[in-house]
Amino acid sequence: MAAITYLEAIRQGMFEEMRRDDRVVMMGEDIAKYGGAFKVTAGMFDEFGSSRVIDTPISESAIIGAAIGMSMNGYLPVVEMQFIDFITCAFDQITSYAAKSRYRWGVGVPMVVRGPCGGNVHGGPFHSANPEMYFAHTPGLKVVTPATAYDAKGLIKAAIRDQDPVLFFEHKYLYRRIKEELPVDDYIVPIGKAALRRPGKDITLVTYGAMLYLAYEAAEQLAPEIELEIIDLRSIMPFDIDMVMDSVKKTSRCIILHEDTLTGGIGGEIAARLADEAFTYLEAPIKRIASPDAPVPFAPTLEEAFLPKTADIIKVSRELMAF
Amino acid sequence: MASRKKIAEGSSVQTPRLKEKDEFPPPKSTRPFVKGAPEGPPVPPDVQKKLLYHMLMTREVDDRIERKLYRQGKIVGGVYTGRGQEAISVGFTLALEARDYIIPSHRDMGVYITRGMPLYKIFAQYLGRKDGPARGKDGNMHMGDLRLGLVSFVSMLADSVPIVAGAGMAFRFRKEPRIAITFNGDGATSRGDWHEGINLAAVQKANCVYVINNNSYAYSTPTDAQYACENLADRAIGYGIDGYLIDGNDAEAVWRTAMQVTTKARTGGGPSIVECKTFRMTGHSAHDDPSHYVPSELFPEWEKLDPVARLSTRMFERGVIDEKWIADSLAEIRALVDKAVERAEACPFPDPSEATTDVYYDPTRPIVNQEGAAD
Repeated sequence: MAAITYLEAIRQGMFEEMRRDDRVVMMGEDIAKYGGAFKVTAGMFDEFGSSRVIDTPISESAIIGAAIGMSMNGYLPVVEMQFIDFITCAFDQITSYAAKSRYRWGVGVPMVVRGPCGGNVHGGPFHSANPEMYFAHTPGLKVVTPATAYDAKGLIKAAIRDQDPVLFFEHKYLYRRIKEELPVDDYIVPIGKAALRRPGKDITLVTYGAMLYLAYEAAEQLAPEIELEIIDLRSIMPFDIDMVMDSVKKTSRCIILHEDTLTGGIGGEIAARLADEAFTYLEAPIKRIASPDAPVPFAPTLEEAFLPKTADIIKVSRELMAF
Repeated sequence: MASRKKIAEGSSVQTPRLKEKDEFPPPKSTRPFVKGAPEGPPVPPDVQKKLLYHMLMTREVDDRIERKLYRQGKIVGGVYTGRGQEAISVGFTLALEARDYIIPSHRDMGVYITRGMPLYKIFAQYLGRKDGPARGKDGNMHMGDLRLGLVSFVSMLADSVPIVAGAGMAFRFRKEPRIAITFNGDGATSRGDWHEGINLAAVQKANCVYVINNNSYAYSTPTDAQYACENLADRAIGYGIDGYLIDGNDAEAVWRTAMQVTTKARTGGGPSIVECKTFRMTGHSAHDDPSHYVPSELFPEWEKLDPVARLSTRMFERGVIDEKWIADSLAEIRALVDKAVERAEACPFPDPSEATTDVYYDPTRPIVNQEGAAD
């Protein structure tokens, strides 16, 4: 079987769910005949038609609102935000209605909101964002961020089958840069479970999304002097604190790496949990490596300066071992 | 001190005062593209009776909540009533069918009453008790039960507009003869979601009706600070759909219009906007004194247009009802409300352990407010 890209894995996962369950519908801007700005929904309109692959006006808030109304009526909407940055236009529908509906009156509104996130493609402040933490902070929502093609397919399928609203943040830098051979049989990746990507005895490095590949590079360069244990969170909410905790109790050191900006990122939350529950196991301070607290800049020199780098991981790892 | 004042139990709703003659002209638009309420045929007598009965009950329930339970300090949180606006919620709801979807707004008690939500559940909700439809997790009019087609709304009221667009799209895709309808005040029409949602419904030709309950004030903001068009119904032409401007205090005009626009939406004719002119006969909420910002002469002017008195006067004149019918109806309603209030007050508050349940799906939790619910 031929290897497929991360983008194709998402598309394949959605195709399979559309065929498996006729309640699944796609909604978004330019997704039907055009197939989406990144072609993630290419071919769907031809197979499923205009009542299951629905082009909408440029109205992010109304798209999410309509998805809520369809979800209450037995549909399972998968909504595309053309760039995940535009999700801010729909913030109220997601956080006020979708997130709280089950709690307030017992009627859940299962749906998936997905779209391309992340920088390193010179997209500038409005085509590069990582807004996962706005939503991770809203009880009632789930947030997932695959880093591999296998996870992209398994998580989109899990998200579509979930009973709660799931935000699916796909990293556009990875869309066509990684390829994998995937199983032929149906599978899902459970939401809330991290993956141990590389065993190591010295430092636990917790990351997700495109930053996973920086972690791999750093681990290669540090070994055998320092052995990083790499955990890919895959889900931001709920996040797999158990796997992180077990690893840190073994290594006694932890770095949390994310492309999202530093303050209010998931790194702070993980650090707080470690300080609370693994304090006596720690040999060194918990470190965070993240983008600085600024919008994602446009010019190559600025974006390069903004994003975390492999060299940052190497430097911080050495500091931790010398502490 | 107000808190020590003895507040009487029971109803303070007056028997409707009959009028000499109902000759109030309906509001008229200078825009040729804005429609008025359809003329005749006359509303069937049984429908007239249902309109009046449900309006009387709505007024009684609002009255118990605002003028009794709230002043007795028993209500949890704020109270927003629709006194003087009952014709809109009751008139539209009576024109609907059992499987239609409704998202009311915060002055639309008439929707819940007409739809048949148990009265004790309504009072339990306002008292924050466990048998309220929100089980104490949300308050006041934020109630829903899908078995009655009632969808719980949120405080950002225009959120309902795209949600009914989605429901109306679902009905159209499945070719079901059902509609989705929502009510908004004049204030909500300034929200972006209101525009986005109606535009989407229009593009998708969704089975939707959008009702504007234009009661002249959004909290303290008068309509001339809310919008610059002549009437909100003017906006319909911008969406390529029908717009109606009607007298929201004329229950029969509301019902006739509702029958027309719901039939159109049900048969694939797409959405309409119906602007109902009315007036908020109270403050924004039970704690708000409108005398600071509403010219005092407006209240007696609109009192003359009271929808309950107008409909009952016409029905007397036509011989559809007599004084005994009114007296019997009021006695029956008061007895039902007394019983419901008593039962709601006896209902316990939710257990503190419920504060964190139902945030996410949990198969062990009971199903509520939809098919499969135990109650």
